[in-house]
Amino acid sequence: MFALSGRLNWRSLVSHAEDTEGTRRDFLYYATAGAGAVTAGAAVWPLVNQMNPSADVQALSSIFVDVSGVEPGTQLTVMFLGKPVFIRHRTGAEIEKARLQDQEAEGSFPDPVARNANISDPSASAEDANRVLPSPEGEAPGAWIVQMGVCTHLGCVPLGDAGDFDGWFCPCHGSHYDLAGRIRKGPAPENLPIPPVSWDNGLTLKIG
Amino acid sequence: MSGIPHDHYEPKTGAEKWLHSRLPVVGLIYDTIMIPTPKNLNWWWIWGIVLAFCLVLQIVTGIILVMHYTPHVDMAFASVEHIMRNVNGGHMIRYVHMNGASLFFVAVYIHIFRGLFYGSYKAPREITWIVGMLIYLLMMGTAFMGYVLPWGQMSFWGATVITGLFGAIPVVGEPIQTLLLGGPAVGNATLNRFFSLHYLLPFVIAGLVIVHIWAFHTTGNNNPTGVDVRKGSKEEAEKDTLPFWPYFVIKDFLGLAVVLVIFWAIVGFMPNYLGHPDNYIEANPLVTPAHIVPEWYFLPFYAILRAFTGEVWVVQIASFVTGGIVDAKFFGVLAMFGAIIAMALAPWLDTSSVRSGKYRPQFKWWFLLLIIDFFALMWLGAMPAEEPYASLSLIASAYWFGYFFVILPLLGVIEKPEAMPATIEEDFDAHYGKKSEATPAE
Repeated sequence: MFALSGRLNWRSLVSHAEDTEGTRRDFLYYATAGAGAVTAGAAVWPLVNQMNPSADVQALSSIFVDVSGVEPGTQLTVMFLGKPVFIRHRTGAEIEKARLQDQEAEGSFPDPVARNANISDPSASAEDANRVLPSPEGEAPGAWIVQMGVCTHLGCVPLGDAGDFDGWFCPCHGSHYDLAGRIRKGPAPENLPIPPVSWDNGLTLKIG
Repeated sequence: MSGIPHDHYEPKTGAEKWLHSRLPVVGLIYDTIMIPTPKNLNWWWIWGIVLAFCLVLQIVTGIILVMHYTPHVDMAFASVEHIMRNVNGGHMIRYVHMNGASLFFVAVYIHIFRGLFYGSYKAPREITWIVGMLIYLLMMGTAFMGYVLPWGQMSFWGATVITGLFGAIPVVGEPIQTLLLGGPAVGNATLNRFFSLHYLLPFVIAGLVIVHIWAFHTTGNNNPTGVDVRKGSKEEAEKDTLPFWPYFVIKDFLGLAVVLVIFWAIVGFMPNYLGHPDNYIEANPLVTPAHIVPEWYFLPFYAILRAFTGEVWVVQIASFVTGGIVDAKFFGVLAMFGAIIAMALAPWLDTSSVRSGKYRPQFKWWFLLLIIDFFALMWLGAMPAEEPYASLSLIASAYWFGYFFVILPLLGVIEKPEAMPATIEEDFDAHYGKKSEATPAE
């Protein structure tokens, strides 16, 4: 094609507009390139998508936990979706302290929202009452708090009964959480998230 | 291949001619190993050979280890113990592979800082430099994934923290993290894909090493003076250079032998010195070790990652300007990768017309400070996340960025370079006397 025109024309590499059959060739060129791009995309997508969670991983979406043996002042850690969940049974003094922490940090929480999957309003405030589980009959409000035991910084498991706020402390990069699992100090950006959780039957929790 | 004039391979026998006209592979190898090399190269130039040795060592020991290793969360830890106790000589092969990674990084850091001091990154060697940086990034990825395979506590929690870095990217972060892990947390899917990639990436590195060599064989090696080899004629070039084989190969092998004496001493007598005892505890998703520390070669960048907390004003400004998209967590991730990108951009940030730091009176001191800064960051990365380490990390991180983005561009303008030798031959003769002219060029 160069030989005919006698000079190097970039357009002539892809287009044959000067040829009599130009329009048809152009169409074929773009149609082929377009089909090639779609085919390449269709071929690559399964190769990438196979890395997403497989069906057996996705199937483990809810668990049941009997918490009748969890005494006040102790914490049970269970596995849910490969991550730990902290189920804390708080004592009266701890509930009181958590409420005090509401006031002492009023308006200055690094993360001011509840991060509670059980509250439909995503802007609900981070106050203690929005973080705890409704108490079963005969127990003080705020006795149970259930949250993911995964630091919101880079995913380590925080230690219980530790840190400057008597809640949880992440040993990896020094994030301090208070008694309601709210981030108070350190690099973590968010409060410990609360997964979907409800009382199922007596003292059995349904998580997920 | 090279821009420096030199003798090329001439097939002599009939068989050689037969092969050469069909596949000029002997000629390619000949031209590669006979490349004219500046004859004034000092001992800082041996690390390329050490690095090539490391790559081969890691691939060979790695392939052997795979013959006995099982990439499954229930069996990985036990299979590594099986290698250590049952496989004939398995403990030695694993210790060589483990410490081989450390030797690889010692060599790559010296090689990188050699380039930074002698201006090896400057025109026309930018491509060599960029390809080198890509190799370094791949090395970090490979080392990280390899560290996950024994499935100890540090393996598991290191993987959790590092994949968490990707989760910090706004909007697309979490899907990317899930894609990397193959589930909501580090698990069997993660172990399997890391195993696959840990096997693949060294071969990608090997490919890039060939490109790296190709690039600097096209431009010719840099040298301690930064003065170019004279390329006017073959005779002129021969006054500045000697062929790589045998002169530099033998010299580099001597360097390698000395390095290996130290390496084998570590492998033989203190194989776990650079490791963490916690990694001999099997991975437990419910318990984070009290003090997670990455391997030593990641520490400087880990210190930069941790330095930028929400209390730092730069972070607060970034958060304010971007409307909260760049929070402290994301800023730390950006800073860590930015610290490496800053190095990669050195060819365009350094405005000085003088290549070698030898002739730059002010640069020398700033460079020395950069070396100290690097070790300071390495030390700080291993310290707990509390004062005074947090503030010191911030100062050290600031200098790292300051060196590349402020000092390098400014020095080229304000610094008055010292007199340089006109040719490599002149520099060589100043060191070794005129008798060098008798050196045969064969």
